[in-house]
Amino acid sequence: MEWLSIKLAFRNLMGSGKRTWLNVTVLSIAFVVIVFYNGLLDGWNLQAKRDTKAWETGSGRIDHVLYDQFDPLSLVDAHAPLGDMLKAEIESGRAVAVLAVQASAYPNGRMVNVLLKGIDPAQKTLLLPTAALDSGRVEGDPAIPVIVGDRTAKSAKLKEGDVMIVRWRDVNGTFDAREVRIAGIFKTTVPTVDGGQLWMPLEDLREMTSLYGEATYLVLSDEVIASGDFDSTGVLSGEWRYVDENALMKEIDDIIKTKRASSMIMSMLLLGIALLAIFDTQILSIFRRQKEIGTYIALGMTRLRVIGIFTIEGTVHSILAILLGLIWGMPLLKLIQYVGLPMPAGTDQVGLAIADKIVPAYSAGMIMASVVLVIVTSFIVSYIPARKISKMKPTEALRGKLL
Amino acid sequence: MNWKFDINRNTFEIIMKICKPAIITAILLLGSLPASARSSQPATLQPAIIQPDQSGEAILRKVDQNLSSKNRVFESTMIINGRRSTRSVTSKSWSEGDKKSFSEYLSPAAEAGTKMLKLEGQLWIYTPSADRTIQISGHMLRQSVMGSDLSYEDMMDDRKLTDIYDSKVTGKDTLQGRDVVVLELTARLTDVAYHRQKMWIDAERFVPLRQEMYAKSGQLLKRMELSNVERIQGRWFPKTMIYKDMLKEGKGTEFRITKIQFDAAIPEHIFSKASLR
Repeated sequence: MEWLSIKLAFRNLMGSGKRTWLNVTVLSIAFVVIVFYNGLLDGWNLQAKRDTKAWETGSGRIDHVLYDQFDPLSLVDAHAPLGDMLKAEIESGRAVAVLAVQASAYPNGRMVNVLLKGIDPAQKTLLLPTAALDSGRVEGDPAIPVIVGDRTAKSAKLKEGDVMIVRWRDVNGTFDAREVRIAGIFKTTVPTVDGGQLWMPLEDLREMTSLYGEATYLVLSDEVIASGDFDSTGVLSGEWRYVDENALMKEIDDIIKTKRASSMIMSMLLLGIALLAIFDTQILSIFRRQKEIGTYIALGMTRLRVIGIFTIEGTVHSILAILLGLIWGMPLLKLIQYVGLPMPAGTDQVGLAIADKIVPAYSAGMIMASVVLVIVTSFIVSYIPARKISKMKPTEALRGKLL
Repeated sequence: MNWKFDINRNTFEIIMKICKPAIITAILLLGSLPASARSSQPATLQPAIIQPDQSGEAILRKVDQNLSSKNRVFESTMIINGRRSTRSVTSKSWSEGDKKSFSEYLSPAAEAGTKMLKLEGQLWIYTPSADRTIQISGHMLRQSVMGSDLSYEDMMDDRKLTDIYDSKVTGKDTLQGRDVVVLELTARLTDVAYHRQKMWIDAERFVPLRQEMYAKSGQLLKRMELSNVERIQGRWFPKTMIYKDMLKEGKGTEFRITKIQFDAAIPEHIFSKASLR
């Protein structure tokens, strides 16, 4: 009997010809756009987290309790000597210490606020090309080697080999100034290790600021996290706190969540247009096929069964739309995934890691969720008009006088 | 530069917008000039030419006696030399010693009505357009401001120079056509902004004509040129000052006192937060 309903639904749909295919085409566009948007956001999410982890946060971090990465004013007090346990992690190469100090740099006679960040030139935890801090040291030249990101270099009009003065305050608040030399310019998708930051050898910065043996935070490698040394409370002294990967990625998660909500609105608008077409088709169909409905009931079909036939008929639109979407959408989405979606210049000014090109990621779960969304919503908009059938009297329906 | 200052960005931006920073700093700077020993005694009038055996500290004390007063009320014009344009801002200020100061901007229209109060190392700014009073915290005082040659902290250290520096006479020179002695000041405390300073002091009038501030490394950071020295109410006083960040290109920022009165009767309520609104 169920098979009969589906067969009837398909036959009726095919009988509608162009009207059916118009509905199916619009719905298939909505389906492909939903998959594309979600894939784009998932791709950005993956890329942003992967790059942020590689360049900035590692697999976790141990921060000085006063350190707030969004508040440069916190840097004045956010530093402390490292304990034996932390020193051991650094010496084993499983963590890298960073000391951050506010300063002013004077490139080409202009003053710009910068963040001096001291890091071990031999570190391997982060992708920063810190080896240049050793190789860039010029014999007999007192200028301290620094590396900067290409955004900083561009905005300050700096190039490799340039020398500029940097002014800062030491731990007592006394001004000091030294020359620094640009030993390297790196390109990264993570603006938070680039914008206004000068990376220099840790020991140089410690000596400059009289903060001997101190650090602002430690970036941890995968091995440290796997050992689970720091994720239990009480391991660290009161001056340090462990920040796990989830907390470090919270900003990315939050922005993706916001973006997903806004893209959902757009997808729903598109889906709504397609569903409206199905809804109209259903109403028209029930109006024009009253005699057919009356005949079904007169022949012994229950009203519920007839509602079922019409609901399935509407829902089949979505199945056809998904099939059609797969036929034309899959090659298109695959092509976009292959070439990537170029991001306009300056997109990373929002402070999140955005590559020049975003590669969408289409997971099976996301595609299935989109399929279910399209089918369920089609089912609902097909069912609502079909409910009128339950109020029909077969005799009047046969005469076409019901509605 | 692209920063991630999210948490305090709003506060910082509001302050930056409200303060019109160079103006504020300049006015306070004038109000607290010189930032050295204070005395309410009037200036000495006798032609006390510096003696060869006079110590740096004795000279500094004489400079202070000449320039300080119990209080002062003055009107000034600040000329901000930007990279592309120059603009002037006028204000009226009241100050008592160097711990209390109140200023109100008179022009241009965009700044008029903005008021600023410095009390015992704390600084508040009121802006009429936002109808808000904001306190600039200790950390924010360390920020240099909007490309000007000044920072808030330049006028907030109100300790006597003689308390924080050892001074010695290092030579004689001629500056602005006048004989000057050169004083070198070296910090005897660790928590001072400038480890070393140099002052060129008019040998006859006991007025500094130039002051240079140096980093610990010896790098010259800032220079003040004082000129247009006039005798006002029995004391010699420089009415023009050019403040220059030596690491930056440009002409620096110029302050001109257009009217000044020493030891005036200033009502106490002027130096209260109620005056800001």
